[in-house]
Amino acid sequence: MKKVYINSIASISPQKTFDNTIFLNEIIDYNDTVIFAQDPDYKQYIPPAAARRMAKGIKMGVVASKIAMDEAGIETVDAIITGTGMGCMIDSEKFVSAIIDNSEQYLTPTSFIQSTHNTVAGQIALGMECKAYNFTYVHSAISFESALLDAKMQLENEEAQHILVGGVEELGEHTTKVHRLINHIKPEAVTISEVLDSKTEGAVFSEGTNFFVVSNEKTNSCYAELVAVETFNTLQKEKVSEAIETFLKENNLKAADIDVVVFGNNGDVDFDGFYNQLSEGIFSKTQQVFYKHLVGENNTVSAFGVWLASKILKAQSIPEIVKINNVNSSKIKTVLCYNQYRGQNHSLVLLKK
Amino acid sequence: MSKGVAITGMGIISAIGNNVAENYDALINKKKGITRVDNIETIQREEIMVGEVKFTNDQFIAQLNLPPENNYSRTAMLGVIAAKEAIADAGITDIKKYKTGIVSGTSVGGMDMTEKYYYEYLTDKETQKYIESHHAGDSTQKIAAQLGIEESLVTTISTACSSAANAIMLGARLIKSGKLDRVLVGGADCLSKFTINGFKTLMILSDTYNTPFDENRKGLNLGEAAAFLVLESDAVVKAENKRVLAYVKGYGNANDAFHQTASSDNGDGATLAMEKALKVAGLKPSEIDYINAHGTATGNNDLSEGRAILRIFGEEMPEFSSTKAYTGHTLAAAGAIEAVYSVLALQNNIIFPNLNFKTPMKEFSMIPQTELKKKELNTVLSNSLGFGGNCSAVLFSKEV
Repeated sequence: MKKVYINSIASISPQKTFDNTIFLNEIIDYNDTVIFAQDPDYKQYIPPAAARRMAKGIKMGVVASKIAMDEAGIETVDAIITGTGMGCMIDSEKFVSAIIDNSEQYLTPTSFIQSTHNTVAGQIALGMECKAYNFTYVHSAISFESALLDAKMQLENEEAQHILVGGVEELGEHTTKVHRLINHIKPEAVTISEVLDSKTEGAVFSEGTNFFVVSNEKTNSCYAELVAVETFNTLQKEKVSEAIETFLKENNLKAADIDVVVFGNNGDVDFDGFYNQLSEGIFSKTQQVFYKHLVGENNTVSAFGVWLASKILKAQSIPEIVKINNVNSSKIKTVLCYNQYRGQNHSLVLLKK
Repeated sequence: MSKGVAITGMGIISAIGNNVAENYDALINKKKGITRVDNIETIQREEIMVGEVKFTNDQFIAQLNLPPENNYSRTAMLGVIAAKEAIADAGITDIKKYKTGIVSGTSVGGMDMTEKYYYEYLTDKETQKYIESHHAGDSTQKIAAQLGIEESLVTTISTACSSAANAIMLGARLIKSGKLDRVLVGGADCLSKFTINGFKTLMILSDTYNTPFDENRKGLNLGEAAAFLVLESDAVVKAENKRVLAYVKGYGNANDAFHQTASSDNGDGATLAMEKALKVAGLKPSEIDYINAHGTATGNNDLSEGRAILRIFGEEMPEFSSTKAYTGHTLAAAGAIEAVYSVLALQNNIIFPNLNFKTPMKEFSMIPQTELKKKELNTVLSNSLGFGGNCSAVLFSKEV
């Protein structure tokens, strides 16, 4: 079996992360319950006429995929695999509300066409004229990890050499409104330093995209080796430590071998316990980092965790803003990402230098 | 590593039957399930025909014994019915005995409830339970819960009309790589105003019975359905002395990269997908005994797919037919519905007719199989093509 490497990364998020030469140097503070992605200069990548027809998610996905392709220094790939939990919300909302508001009359097809979950992957393929394997995973908080696992299997078995993998999520106004009603969104605005201690239900909702070129050979731009990916549809809180230890054992590691653990805490008082028990338990002596205070919560934001882990491995430094605790580690060799959303759809991603 | 990917159980609910036996009976007796839509109130009712499952949601809730506070979308209910039949058919009594996962495909997801309660959510607390069932992964999570599949790989694919074919493909690769011992693969989609009106604006809905591969085809009939297949590794088949219905022998996926919704004139994507499936299976085109075509009866699909089939098979064209005249186009579920039909074809050595065909298309001389035909079948190729250029082909065989 071939080894798999993350050869390039790209991130568009509520922080200025689209420039790969910097690493969270300048932080945008928010005081809100919903935060939007920072726009790169879309014109640089997409002709304005085409960009006008695209909803934000499509634009972000297309641009991030181009940044990732540029950094990897390749023109095409053997597969394009995306993940999106909620899909193209803006066009979906447009079409549903048009159906209801106009009693099924005077409808135009554009928003329907762009509402399907595979729109972003399809648009990337169209732009690259790439006729290769093209998949879109849509399973809530493990949408991105499903895509990553699919890519990893193909690369290991040499069914492909380079694969573009990414996650994308956009905010839809109505969807945000209704998720507020069921307390999935925080009741009060919080600043990034307050998120973890907010002691309230729900999360700060957000949007963004992260793309990666993963390959079965290392290039100069390489960030990390992708060692293992695992997902669990359910996992009781008291079984998380055991599941992680089993996963690590399968990869000949112990909890103590992990140099940095990347947690998906979002400040939801009902679910952060999944991580807190690990902070105090098997990873109490490990350097812990988090990121959702900076980029919010969405179904594929765990890809930002993988982005962060990749950056940390390559830079061999950890920005203060993401540290939960302070453990001195001279060399960072092994990083584990753990994420879950509302107690379901847990994922583990293991990276090595 | 498992060399073979065995199909050991199947379940289905569609406009032509509530289980595998009823579907087979309808197929061999040329009973189509195309009618006016009854369960959805739509102003399009008199202008379109659909392949609808005639149970109401309340009937499904009773049948599945769901509590009144449940938040199942119709997609989830269809999915659970087909998934349960597949698990029972495979003779699985202890789901936890082997590492078992689910890969499902859907495009509509919980849109049926979203469009019903879109504005009501803002004022009516009672309806708010459905907010969480909107996302595409929800129906798959519910199927997993109903089957007691826990702490496992459960995921969902949405590549429009090729979703379930892709679910079968991923499932086969998960078995081959040893990630899972057993996986339930398939798809579910219910009818919704969203898809009815969406396809209506694209002007590809027929106002009468759909006629795949016919010169005068007027478009597709939308359908709703769910189907699941149980895939198992060689090791499980051996250990449990399992009855094997057929094998997933090959699969291919490609993107047409031509247009967001339309297929290319030459069917590049479909050609590539079929080529890859043959390559994975290690078979030549001449070794394919029957093609269950995507054949939606839209002007664009049947021309593009027909040309792709011609490019692969040329003079050695096996019998081919589209079963969409029976069921309508069941979108994300179609690949699984037609996988079940492909396996039934293999098991019974029978080719199902392409109903409603009268006039050959002027662009080529391909004529689908229009009568039920007995033929020794060893291999069946099933195509699924969709929006976003997504093209898939899955190859089923009697022998490993």
